[in-house]
Amino acid sequence: MKDDSRKFPLRPELEPREVKTPDGQTITVDPLRDYFCEAAPRVHAPVYVKIVEDFFNWARSESLWILGFGTGCGAIEMRPLMTPRFDAYRFGIQWRPTPRQANLLMISGYLSVKTLKRAIRSYEQMQSPKYVVGLGSCTINGGMYFDSYNTIKRLDDYLPVDLYIAGCMPRPEALLKGFEDLKKIIRAGKAEGANAYAENFAQYKERQKAVIHDWDMPDYNW
Amino acid sequence: MDKILARLEERFPGRATTRQRPDLAFVTIEAAWLREAALHLRDREGFTHLVLLTAVDWLEAGQFQLTYLLHNRARACDIGLRVMLARDAATMESIHDLWPTGATYQRELREMFGIDFPGSPRVDAEFILEGWIGPPPYRRDFDTLAFAESNFRHREGRETRDPAAHMKHKLYPEKG
Repeated sequence: MKDDSRKFPLRPELEPREVKTPDGQTITVDPLRDYFCEAAPRVHAPVYVKIVEDFFNWARSESLWILGFGTGCGAIEMRPLMTPRFDAYRFGIQWRPTPRQANLLMISGYLSVKTLKRAIRSYEQMQSPKYVVGLGSCTINGGMYFDSYNTIKRLDDYLPVDLYIAGCMPRPEALLKGFEDLKKIIRAGKAEGANAYAENFAQYKERQKAVIHDWDMPDYNW
Repeated sequence: MDKILARLEERFPGRATTRQRPDLAFVTIEAAWLREAALHLRDREGFTHLVLLTAVDWLEAGQFQLTYLLHNRARACDIGLRVMLARDAATMESIHDLWPTGATYQRELREMFGIDFPGSPRVDAEFILEGWIGPPPYRRDFDTLAFAESNFRHREGRETRDPAAHMKHKLYPEKG
């Protein structure tokens, strides 16, 4: 049923092109190489002294900054958390507009292949240490979209997930409990998703490319 | 509405007219007449708004049904022009020059049903799906479960129960 032989031409805006600089020189720009760091992600070893690492982990757990990126219907459950009724800010959790300022990526619900591409880019642009939380049944085993032709079935194939919050959809209370559990995991020093991603980088890339058939970005988008 | 339909019938003898509601009717016409019928409704009868253009896959009959839903603001009524196309190598005349929004609908139908609209702007460009390698997914002979199982890795241990059988077993266990 699949046609694996189908090839996707590079988009015109991604092809190398000649650009004139303000100084009048002509240079060649290759968008897939020149705008990104080519080095693969590195494993960041813990600090030598355990008590210092524990202190770092405590500090990390108390400032979870979420990337405001809603992928599915679960994004609607995050909005009440920002408002006074549930008020996640009192737990040190806030939403940020850019991946550079965030350290927690919430995959809120089903993830289509097209969105997966953007989610991977956003995740890779976040700074370590960073965490991923999968929200709802769809991220765990596909949920009600188990037979959908265009949504992924298990998130941890593509991104290192630290915590799943089950439900369809989980209520804001469940999310708050999930944040508390994530804090415990971080304080215990077990939220090493970014390092796992760096260690198993080749495997993650292989699985990502198995579903994203028109791969048109660098392997690492930092 | 009756007069509009009578005038339409007079010019384009239709095969079937369905009065869904007092302000909504569907008229099935020949594919070759669609453009003229749409022009007639748009320019003479005031149906200036293309509400939607959508397709239904009648797999058993081997046909696609296109519905062009047109709206008349002044009279607050709608007429749907229906066109039946042969299912294999389905091709239809483009209406992007009558309603520019038609081009977007036609791009979607091209991607999701594989109906071709020659001459429509960017009709072959990707619309929603990126890197799609299967057949057009809205066709009814596309097996979405088989495609999902061959394309994605599934997590082990998923159970699916038939809700009726599960509730029957739960409520009346003695009946088996």
